[in-house]
This record gives sequence, structure tokens and C-alpha cells, in this order.
Amino acid sequence: MEDVGLGMTWYLPVVWALLLSVAIAMYVVLDGFDLGIGILSPFARSDSEKDQMMSSVAPFWDGNETWLILGGGGLFVAFPLAYSIVMPALYLPVIFMLLSLVFRGVAFEFRHVAESSRFLWNISFAAGSTLAAFFQGVLLGGFVQGIKVANNAFAGGPLDWATPFALLCGLGVVAGYALIGSVWLIMKTEGRIAVRARMQARILLPVVLIFMGIVSLWTPIAFPRIAERWFTTPNLFYLAPVPIVTLILAGLVWRWLEDGHEHMPFFGVIGLFLLGYIGIGISIFPYLIPPSLTVWETAAAPASQVFTLIGTVFMLPVILGYTAFVYWLFRGKVREGEGYH
Amino acid sequence: MEFDPVILARIQFAFTVSFHIIFPSFTIGLAAYIATLEVLWMTTGHERYHRIARFFTKIFAVSFGMGVVSGIVLSYQFGTNWSHFSHVVGNVIGPLIGYEVLTAFFLEATFLGIMLFGWNRVPRGLHVFASLMVALGTSLSAFWILSANSWMQTPAGHTMIDGVAHPTDWLNTIFNPSFPYRFAHMVTACYLTTAFVVLAVGARYVYQGRYAEDARTMMRMAIGLIAILAPIQAFIGDSHGLNTLQYQPAKIAAIEAHWGTEDDVDNSVPLVLFAWPNEETESNDYQIAVPHLGSLILTHSWDGKIPGLKEFAREDRPPVAIPFFAFRVMVGMGLLMIAVGWLGAFLLWRRRLFETDWYLAPLQYVWPIGFITILSGWFVTEVGRQPWVAYGILRTADAISPVDGWAVATTLVLFVLVYGVVFSGGIYYINRLIVRGPEGAAVEPPSGVPNRPLTSANEATRQAISTTTGE
Repeated sequence: MEDVGLGMTWYLPVVWALLLSVAIAMYVVLDGFDLGIGILSPFARSDSEKDQMMSSVAPFWDGNETWLILGGGGLFVAFPLAYSIVMPALYLPVIFMLLSLVFRGVAFEFRHVAESSRFLWNISFAAGSTLAAFFQGVLLGGFVQGIKVANNAFAGGPLDWATPFALLCGLGVVAGYALIGSVWLIMKTEGRIAVRARMQARILLPVVLIFMGIVSLWTPIAFPRIAERWFTTPNLFYLAPVPIVTLILAGLVWRWLEDGHEHMPFFGVIGLFLLGYIGIGISIFPYLIPPSLTVWETAAAPASQVFTLIGTVFMLPVILGYTAFVYWLFRGKVREGEGYH
Repeated sequence: MEFDPVILARIQFAFTVSFHIIFPSFTIGLAAYIATLEVLWMTTGHERYHRIARFFTKIFAVSFGMGVVSGIVLSYQFGTNWSHFSHVVGNVIGPLIGYEVLTAFFLEATFLGIMLFGWNRVPRGLHVFASLMVALGTSLSAFWILSANSWMQTPAGHTMIDGVAHPTDWLNTIFNPSFPYRFAHMVTACYLTTAFVVLAVGARYVYQGRYAEDARTMMRMAIGLIAILAPIQAFIGDSHGLNTLQYQPAKIAAIEAHWGTEDDVDNSVPLVLFAWPNEETESNDYQIAVPHLGSLILTHSWDGKIPGLKEFAREDRPPVAIPFFAFRVMVGMGLLMIAVGWLGAFLLWRRRLFETDWYLAPLQYVWPIGFITILSGWFVTEVGRQPWVAYGILRTADAISPVDGWAVATTLVLFVLVYGVVFSGGIYYINRLIVRGPEGAAVEPPSGVPNRPLTSANEATRQAISTTTGE
């Protein structure tokens, strides 16, 4: 370990921070649309419509949720100190989120077997998905607003996370996931479901933009470190494209929705998600525990980061390969009566 | 009211991990069984293998779903409840779990999509391949997580710097001293567990006179596996015990309720069949023991000695009662498995298996035996590791998170409620699938043409399902 140069100890945590960001972005996009299906499921008119909505994500949800394990596991692997501070700090929302995921995950299979109790698993699917999305937003807010640390451990109280800002982020993520769920349905279903989804997307798009706007204004006002990052020169000039591109893309998505495009709205919304995500990354970096500990201070031993990095470099392309293969295999629109295994 | 966060965190982890282990221990074996059936279907062309595979795939889907959601919880609990553990051993344990996610979780979760939803959509060969990949994924997952657990039992390949473990030799870490034994023991246990579920389901149908052809195939395959694997498992378990004696002698002393040498009559270790271990008096009440047998089993010699509990300081001893009793349950169940397997093999050989009601009737109810045995075994090894969470490195009491007791108490109550509702639902639905039987599971053979419009094939399947179940 001693012979690992200074360059390595600088680069490794940065590489891992990037990898982790990719994993979380993959999660937010992929599980985003299947949680979104759950959030939108109460608006289905019949059980058959619900079946079609769920069938459109049934072959994928399990793989999608694995990115959440990679996100949590990756933090543990690459930044064990950060993991050991974030998890106790966000103890209750993390566990509430996990329990919500339990309810919605089992509903996929239980619904098919249940007869008279089917409606209970419909509720479980809708409520579990909505609450999971809400608490993921709360986690995001709790993380952005900062965590109290003393002696390399969490030093705050169990309800430190429960601020208006975090709750706002929770609502924002529910709206965001519902939006990406609706554009997924436009792409993957037909008939009444797709028509309704297009209408929902047109309502949700401005709602999501409003949430993004509030967060973009709230964070620099409430947290001087974030204001400093964005509004000092020369940063201002380098970073200005992020909100500008976001607005242009939002306009395009609106146009695609109006013009009846089936695929473009989905990819446009992914773009919006990534832009918002990059914005948050810019606000946070290089802190992994804002506002005190950086990616370098919380990094695992270089030997540990290198060992797992080797596996990641080999495995990530393989994983992306067979994930793409399964999406390709189940391409096209879901039709009524399909998907029962 | 003051809550003790250590006790609460331990109860919570014991509860969530015990619930979780039930599902992977079933699905590891079941994935391998389904893959075997599909390979047989492809090579022999017998439709019954396809029917059985499809039937168990439905049960697999429900179990796997519950395994996934309860497993995600665990991957976060290391941090939420045991953050100091994560910090102290994260450098070493973290990468093992990272490799589990990279090599196993994505593989099984992704190919599961094809396995469950691809019956009518992909060529037969690709479906068999997907099932094999799911089976491979579940086994790889067992490999990494058991490596991590074994490292906590017998740490190796690391050095401590400022109270934090740093890796020095990954091969020694992965293949730490107890890992090969634990891995072999657990994977064999998973196969046995699944075989007993398959056996019980088959026996139920044979006894009820339903699905005769499929049920007989299930029973034959299960009995063949049990008759061979159950005795092998006893041998693996014995080797595992000897390995534990070498590296964790206090655990063996607790398993045997062996306090010290001065109370042994013949200057040897007896085998305690029953006793009430008394930690106050440091001796056993109501003891029934066979002289010399303990020496014979543990040291393979007539007068061999093993360290007694009194040789360890009180604060370094594990609790005695749980490992002692759980071990006896495990071994008792193991012997029962051998008996069931050999008796079944004998009846099969005499061609009386499917007519012997006194064997079939109770056999319908043997499905939980593997789960009970696996849980007992884990109680032995995990409680026997106490008071350490990472043996010799970190005590359990020092490993917890700086979280208030009431927060842990709240989430514990929620876990009990949620798991109670969700998992009793799961078991109820699995039973319903078994009642429906294999013929509702597969009617239309897959067309072998990918991506053709499926409405007709699915319609046929649906109609067939509704006629067999009377919906």
C-alpha cells in the first residue's frame, strides 16, 4: 500500500465518486420509471389496465432495483466512512424507504396469485411505490442539506433530516418518477393507457420543472457553500449552460408530447433527470458528507478501491450488455392479456 | 423508558437476517433444480420436465421476490444499525459484497426476467441458458456472502492500522480458513432444503392421486438427491466442526456445553446429549452424557481434550444455551434427513414407494425440515461467534451505530409487522400455487419463435388455467 503514489490516492476516490454517480443515475432512471408506474397505477380504470401497466415493467424491475444495491453497496465498498455516517444520519427515511420497497416488490408476484385479496396488493403496489419515491427524495434532501459529524461519526439526532427542504425534495421525486413513468407508458403501451399517460405527462412536466426551480433557488439561498459554487466567476460562466439546456430540453419534451411522439418524450425526460442530477452533483462535489467530509477523507483503503475497481471495469460492461439485451428482447408494446407467466 | 440500542439492534438484525435466509436457501437449490429440469427437457424431450420446471418457476418467482426485497434491507442495515462495523471492517468486507452485486445480483435479477416472462418469447435454448444463468447467479451470490461471513468468523489476509482493518492479501481474505467448509456446508444445505420441499409436494400429489406422472418424477429426483447428499452433509458438517475447533474453540465449547476438564469422569470429553447449561454455576444441570464420545467425535481419539468454557474469560465466552440447543436440533434434523432419504431409496428400489401410505402421508409435511435445520445451524455459528462481530477484531457491543434506542425500537416493530404481513402472504400464496398444481402452470408448449404476437398462445394458457382452477 505504501508504494501507491499520491496521484493514485487523489484519482481513485474521484473515479469511484464518478462510478457511484453512474450507478445512482442508472437507478434513478431505471427504477424511476417502474416506481412511477406504481405512483400512476391508482389512475388505471380497470384491473386489466393495471396488468398491462405492470407487465410493461415486470421483466425489468428486479434488475432495476439491483442498481439500488450497487448504489448502497458501492458507497460501502468505496467510501466506508461515508456509508457509516450517512446511514445512521438518515436512519428512519432509509428504513421507511426499504419497507416501502418490500410492499411494492412482492405485489408483482402476489397480485397474480391472489384472487379475492388482489385489491390489497394493488394498494400495496401503489402506496409502496409512492412512499419509496417520497423517501428517496427525503434522503436526497437530507444529504444535500448536510449532516452533523463529530469524530468521524454521525453526531446529530434521529430527526435531523426532517426539514421542509427534505420534505419538498420528497414530493419533487414523487412527481419526477410519475413523469418518467408516464412517458414510459407512452412508449410501451397503447390505447387508453397511452392516451391517459400522455395527458398525465403534460400535467407532470410543468410540476416537475417547478420543483426543480424551487430546489435551484432554495439551495443557494439556504446554503452559502452552494451559492458560492454557482454564482462566483468564473464558475457562473462554466455552469450557466446547465439550467439553460434544461429549459430548452423541457421545451422540446413538451413539443414531443404535443406532436404525438412515442419514444422521444421518454429519452427527453431521462435527459432532464440527468441534468438535474448533474446540477446537484455540482452543488455537492467534492463533499461526500456535506459540508465536512470530502471523497478523499472518506475513501476506503487504496488496495480495497483498486481490487473492486478491477472487477467493476470487467463486470460493468457485461452487466450493461445483458441488461440491454433483456430490454431489447422485451421491446415493443405490451398488449392486453400479455405478460402472464 | 430507556432502550438498549445494542440489544435492539441485535434483535432487529437477527430477525431480518433469519427471515431473509429462508428465501435464498430455497431459491439457490430451486434455481439449480429448475435448470436441471430444463436441461433434461431439452435433451430428452419429455414434456413432464417442462411442466415441472414451469410449475416450480412460479413458486421460484414468489420466493425470489421476497428474497430480493428482504435482502436489499440487509445491504443497508450494515450502515443503519452497524455503522461502526462498516467503518472498521469496510475495507475488507465491502469489496466482497461489491463483487457479490457485480457478479451475482445483476446476473440473477436480469436473467430472471427471461426465465419468468420468456417462455413464449424466446427460443428454448435461450430459456435454458437464462435458467442456468439464474442458477449460476444464486450460487455466486452464496460464494461471496459466505466468504464475507466466514471472514467475520475467521479473519485473514488483513492488518489493523489505527483500529481499522486494511487488506493485505485478497486470496487469503476470500478463501479464509472457515470459508471452504462453510460454503460446502451451506450450498449442500440449500440443495437438501429444496429437495425436501420438492419431495413433500410430490408426496402430497401422489397421496392425493393428482398429477401422478409429474409427482413421481419429483419424488424420484428428490429422494435420489437426499439419499446421496444427506450423508455427505454429515461428513462436511463434521469437517466444519473440526475447523471451528481449531479457529474458534470457545464456540465448540459452547456447542458441547463443555465447561472444563475437572468435572469429566474419565479425563476425556463426554458427549452431552441433554443438559441445561448454567452460566452462573459454570456447569450443566440435568446432564445426560456419554463418556468419551465427545473426545472421539472432536479429536478422533479416545482421550482427546478440547478447551473448556472456563478457560476463556467470562467476557470472551459466547452464550451457551442457544448454540448448545440449536446444534442438537440441527444434528437431529440431519439424521432424520438421512433416514427419510435412505428409507425412500429402499422403497424406490423395492418398487413400493408410490403405494406405501405410511411413508407418503407424513412425507407431505416434511417441507419445513430444511429451513429449520438451516436456521438452527446459523444460530449455532452466529451466536457461537459472540461476543465478537468480527472474531478477535471487533466486539458486537462496539459495532453499533450512534442511533437512539427509540429509533431502533420503532423500526424493529415496523419490521416485525411488515414482514409478518408480507411473508405470511407469501407462504399462503406459495401454498395456493401448490394446490393449483403443475397442470395449470403450463399448457401450450412455447412456439420457439421469438417476438411473434403472443395473444393467441397466452389466451390458450389463460383459458387452460381458468378451467383447471375453476376461476
